[in-house]
Amino acid sequence: MTQPTTTGGDVRLDGISKTYGSFTAVHPLDLHIPAGSFFALLGASGCGKTTTLRMIAGLEEPTTGTIRLAGDDVTALPPHRRPVNTVFQSYALFPHLDIYENVAFGLRRRGIKSVKRQVGEMLDLVQLGDFARRRPQQLSGGQQQRVALARALINHPRVLLLDEPLGALDLKLRRQMQLELKRIQTEVGITFVHVTHDQEEAMTMADTVAVMNGGRVEQLGAPAELYESPGTTFVANFLGTSNLIEAEITDKSGGELLLTAAGGRLTLPAGRCGAPARTGAAVLVGVRPEKISLTPAEDTGAVPAARNRMTGRIADSSFIGVSTQYVVATPDGAELAVYEQNIERDPRLVPGAEVVLHWSPAHTFGLDPAQDIDAGTDISTEGEAA
Amino acid sequence: MDLIRWIRRNLVILAGLATLAYLILPNVIVLVFSFNKPNGRFNYAWQRFSTDAWTDPCGVPDLCGSLSLSLQLAVWATLGATVLGTMIAFALARYRFRARPAVNSLIFLPMAMPEVVMAASLATLFLNMGVGFGFWTILIAHIMFCLSFVVTAVKARVMSMDPRLEQAAQDLYASPAQTFLRVTLPIAAPGIAAGALLSFALSFDDFIITNFNAGSTVTFPMFVWGSAQRGTPVQINVIGTAMFAVAVLCVLAGQLAGARRKRS
Repeated sequence: MTQPTTTGGDVRLDGISKTYGSFTAVHPLDLHIPAGSFFALLGASGCGKTTTLRMIAGLEEPTTGTIRLAGDDVTALPPHRRPVNTVFQSYALFPHLDIYENVAFGLRRRGIKSVKRQVGEMLDLVQLGDFARRRPQQLSGGQQQRVALARALINHPRVLLLDEPLGALDLKLRRQMQLELKRIQTEVGITFVHVTHDQEEAMTMADTVAVMNGGRVEQLGAPAELYESPGTTFVANFLGTSNLIEAEITDKSGGELLLTAAGGRLTLPAGRCGAPARTGAAVLVGVRPEKISLTPAEDTGAVPAARNRMTGRIADSSFIGVSTQYVVATPDGAELAVYEQNIERDPRLVPGAEVVLHWSPAHTFGLDPAQDIDAGTDISTEGEAA
Repeated sequence: MDLIRWIRRNLVILAGLATLAYLILPNVIVLVFSFNKPNGRFNYAWQRFSTDAWTDPCGVPDLCGSLSLSLQLAVWATLGATVLGTMIAFALARYRFRARPAVNSLIFLPMAMPEVVMAASLATLFLNMGVGFGFWTILIAHIMFCLSFVVTAVKARVMSMDPRLEQAAQDLYASPAQTFLRVTLPIAAPGIAAGALLSFALSFDDFIITNFNAGSTVTFPMFVWGSAQRGTPVQINVIGTAMFAVAVLCVLAGQLAGARRKRS
């Protein structure tokens, strides 16, 4: 865009909730989305993320709470009077209008007569200049997606809402469009609120991710922060993979907690423990698979003393290319996932081998044991139907 | 052997041509006999070529009057049925209300019920209400049976419309009225047009219901039926051929417009 007339506005949700009869889609929610940021609402289907987005757009009326856009209370405004635009999941391009008129729709509704230059520029931005007179149904999925984006962006909204905009594209095109969207967002400086169930997509594009589950925000933060220090078992399992081990706090020394788990002794920085740090209390210890190193049992002495360690036997290994993924069974029956970079592959690391698993205490996190240890595991790869 | 192979290869075309002939032959006969100069009152045997009927289509008393009446009835019935039917279709497709299932099935009654039963019931109703038969009773009857066809055609279209299209329009600053005019109506238009065309043809063509509710008014189908008792003027063939030509031209125009849109 050559002349942004407005820049992004911030979005502030205060106590927003939505109930349908006895079903609560969104529990009272406070959320602040800073101006100009790329914000992702991430969660499995039915977690309330799309409902939240539609309430910002004005397509759903909140049961309670207020919505402010750039400081103005818009809770009572109908969708056509809100300075936001939406890219719909199925694109929702008008089938009776050509690409040019689809893109010009918003400008014309606001009474702007000379739309030619702006539409031309916008079609060039999404590289569809030659398709102006085609009908939407004559375009491929990726092209339709770009038309939907152009149709929304041409209005210079304060906030752009994206409802699973890449869900219908194949993997390769999706990766390409993720980078494209990120580039456009940086270029136009509009606040983007992006709804997705794809954790990789959310982490690739967003500055801030809110992980939603059961109508609530489980955790909110930068992608790296969410990944490295998940606050709940759902976040730990939904964002990537986590090994969660039941442990007991046996001692505290300085800023560190000493734990026993499966007969081994582990160290956990007190600041990374999300559970009450009382001696004798139970805690769930978590560590990401790629943080763990494997050493054959006979080389145990070579493992630095400061590292957390457990013993086990390799139950399975699969070669992925950049890495090898192992499943290691511990003596008490737990199975841990370990991803090893294929830099120097030790030929002794084969199924059946006795190994020591070890990792840095700084990569360990502690979670409240009252939660479901498997929350978020089975839905992380699920696609969303509608 | 060659012949069998040729037939096998062209069987689809042959079948198509035979079907086309079956459909078109009656119209061809009507066309040919519109240029006949019959000796008696009946236009059933070819005598000799003449353009008399074409140069004087209104030469038979009451023919053009009944034709004009039928056209007027068809136009008003189409208008009434299309407007009402479209609104009913939107209501049935979009809203949940108490009588919805009842309306949904009742609307099909005029299509399903034998026409003669409906005609007699309507006549009884009008008689009991003391309404004088004529233009208005016919129009009411026509709107009634055209309604179900319009509702069926429009409802199918509205049901298959993605509700997100209207949401997208609202999201792009279209007020509810603009959304309806710029998005909903254009997308529903093919269904509405189909319903209107059907209504026009059904109304123009209807004999049974009209005959029961017309009183002394004579529509074109009633005129044709009436005159067939006493003899068939050639002018009837002229009107029939002209109607056929207009219909064919309409279809051709539609096809051309569709082809041009696809090419651009």
